[in-house]
Amino acid sequence: MEITKNLDGTTLNMTLSGRLDASNAQTLTDELNKSLDGVNDLIFDFTNLKYIASAGLRALLMAQKRMNKQGSMKICHVNDTVMEVLEMTGFADLMKIEN
Amino acid sequence: MEKLTIDAKLENLTSVTEFVIDALESRDCPMKVTMQMELVIEELFVNVASYAYKDSVGTVTVCRSFDDEPRAINLIFIDSGTPYNPLEHKDPDTSLGAEERQIGGLGIFLVKKNVDEIFYRREEEKNILTVKKFF
Repeated sequence: MEITKNLDGTTLNMTLSGRLDASNAQTLTDELNKSLDGVNDLIFDFTNLKYIASAGLRALLMAQKRMNKQGSMKICHVNDTVMEVLEMTGFADLMKIEN
Repeated sequence: MEKLTIDAKLENLTSVTEFVIDALESRDCPMKVTMQMELVIEELFVNVASYAYKDSVGTVTVCRSFDDEPRAINLIFIDSGTPYNPLEHKDPDTSLGAEERQIGGLGIFLVKKNVDEIFYRREEEKNILTVKKFF
């Protein structure tokens, strides 16, 4: 998985590419922990995210819980495979998703 | 039936995935089913790699076989770790909001959602989990 970040004022855009799975979900969590101080809006771009497993969902849930306290979070451009997992687990209802 | 026995370590996930996915692709399994099985394999293997053997390293054996008419893949995951029936795990409540959501239990829930049959048995001090998926 590749993570690119772009901080624009208090908005953090984070693009994830590849696979978010058990082998790299911790990298995302670490990256979020390093980057979220002072961020009001967290926007994920999933255009190039091809696959997500439960370890990745846990990282997203932690991000959502933190952003509920300090602002907002949304996920953009989710492909069908990833969307199916988000829907199956109810994550599609508890997160803001824009396609 | 073909078998792969490998150390239950996270870094071996790709080998286990390839063992199954390559066989599915060579049988022209629909892409959607292949992706679903990839998720199933990851969740099952990561479960064993993370919890079965505590601090020691044990092995996991994955057996794969195929049915014709209707076409299906059968997988058996066998480990000799701590007795653990993942099917006893209560399903997460998918209607809860972020604050109430529990972090655990999502993996096996995804497995159950993506296969057609799933069974667990404990035999000769082994955990044996069998899944079937039609395609």
